[in-house]
Amino acid sequence: MTFSPELEAQFEKFLAKYPADKKRSAVIPMLVYAQDETHAITQEVIEEVAKRCGVTPLQVDEVVGFYSMLHKKPQGTYHVQVCTNISCLIVGGEEIWNQACHKLGIGHKQTTADGRISLEEVECMGACSWAPAVQVNYDFYHFVTPSQLDKLLDGLSAGKKPDEIAGVKRASC
Amino acid sequence: MRYNDPSPLETPVLTRRFRLPNSQSIDTYLASDGYKGFERAIGMTQDEIIGEVKTSILRGRGGAGFPTGMKWGFVPRTSPKPKYIVVNADESEPGTCKDRLLMEFDPHQLIEGVLIAGLAVGAQQGYIYIRGEFRYLIGVMDKAIDEAYAKGYLGDNILGRGVKFNLATHSGAGAYECGEESALLESLEGKRGNPRIRPPFPAVAGAYQCPTILNNVETFCAVPSIILNGGKWFADLGSPKNGGTRLFCLSGHVNKPGVYELPMGFNLMRMINEVGGGIRGGKKLKAVVPGGSSCPILKADECDLAMDYDTVAAAKSMLGSGGVVVLDEDTCMVKFALRIMRFYAHESCGWCIPCREGTTWLKKLLTRFHEGQGQRSDIVMIGDLSKNMLGRTFCPLGDAAAMPTIAIVEKFRDEFEAHLDGKPCPYEHINAFSKSGLAA
Repeated sequence: MTFSPELEAQFEKFLAKYPADKKRSAVIPMLVYAQDETHAITQEVIEEVAKRCGVTPLQVDEVVGFYSMLHKKPQGTYHVQVCTNISCLIVGGEEIWNQACHKLGIGHKQTTADGRISLEEVECMGACSWAPAVQVNYDFYHFVTPSQLDKLLDGLSAGKKPDEIAGVKRASC
Repeated sequence: MRYNDPSPLETPVLTRRFRLPNSQSIDTYLASDGYKGFERAIGMTQDEIIGEVKTSILRGRGGAGFPTGMKWGFVPRTSPKPKYIVVNADESEPGTCKDRLLMEFDPHQLIEGVLIAGLAVGAQQGYIYIRGEFRYLIGVMDKAIDEAYAKGYLGDNILGRGVKFNLATHSGAGAYECGEESALLESLEGKRGNPRIRPPFPAVAGAYQCPTILNNVETFCAVPSIILNGGKWFADLGSPKNGGTRLFCLSGHVNKPGVYELPMGFNLMRMINEVGGGIRGGKKLKAVVPGGSSCPILKADECDLAMDYDTVAAAKSMLGSGGVVVLDEDTCMVKFALRIMRFYAHESCGWCIPCREGTTWLKKLLTRFHEGQGQRSDIVMIGDLSKNMLGRTFCPLGDAAAMPTIAIVEKFRDEFEAHLDGKPCPYEHINAFSKSGLAA
């Protein structure tokens, strides 16, 4: 299968990081970055990564089954992850999560019919002092309020990119 | 911190550059004593470097609090095998959000700490294992690493002084278990993140079965200041047997949640009231998780204590990873225990049966209890099941699930009893968001 030139360049960088006889180390980074482009880990991706890292497809497949960020079903264009772990829970993470499910009419690890938004209730994302926290793809949103969540989900449903949505600001640089 | 206002009670050492303009850039770093500790370390012997770290009484900031200098001393430096430095940046202990800031706002401090560790044991290769969800930090660290290569602080002949060291980031893919050192190494090698049996410890057989120093981000970040200012200077910042400062992540029902750098041994009640601005809405304090979700909870009347490894251990808890979660009087402890157990059941890697089955059954019991279907005998069973997990697994995840559960059941038994006989949760009517201090 063919990947974009950018991803191919990224793969080259990954393989160069590890000792020549330890290419297997590149399996997980390759899978994570490949998934960003292919939207899911297909059998083709597994075989391609296995070939490049000099391992069997089974050795790649068993890794896919272990890590929570790797998935075989495509997620939405925007994967909305709501933390409900302790620091978020006690300041409204669960309320934010329930609101997201109710508003979109989908639940944990489900995707809207138009494929734009998928939802996941996630474990601690390391934003405890700025709770409640939400991640959209790789972007963090801190101190998320019910009204901000509404704006965010309305904007994404209407086809906007996260940065184009007024009143919702991402936290990371 | 740039994510929260600083407190005048802080002692900024590791965070002292956070508020400088362009704090991420190597130019800012070099203009503020950057890489000077490393340059000094080049002129020191390996024993001198390790000795200075020992003198500093720096203890591992990931949670276990093991003396860093001693850990480095375990590396067999005469071994013909290559040696590795691995940074644990898989920050995922619930309540903990400090390593993220150290990388985001001062990435070169981490690189310099790794370089000094490399000199101390003769390693020439390092990896920074960053949890996959922190993708933006991989970008920050990669950029800083590129800058360090361009300015001659990484490479085959660093600063023309004959020192070789190469450094690279490595992305995880979502697994709390990979924050455990041996599981992290398995993951770094491209495998499922199951733990290894020890001994041998990573110092002897770590990455690729070679001698490896593996420390938390914050631990490495303390090293440049230690070498530059001396181990004694760092030790004197803290309390006896607990050198230096640490980053405390204050979260929950305080007026000013945030990450604050405070001396080791800082009093917990002062942290809550003077640094954190007290409990929100004039509520009373119920309990505190002193160092991340795996640490046994402290009741309000146990919180007048010095936050260092030994004092918190004497109170039968742990200083852990610095995640201080503050709970007000309206927090349901059964629900809190359930959420902790749901987490550990989800994150158990399944390798050891006591952990895999224990967390699963405890989750079921606690769910039933919180839904009002619990029986009095369940209270004892929850405690017994937890105690049977302790010390019976390859890695500490089983203990991490059991310890807070045992403490919550023992200290808040009345709350479990209040859920008996089909009674609704006494706190069910409270919307937790109303306690966030944010306008809806």
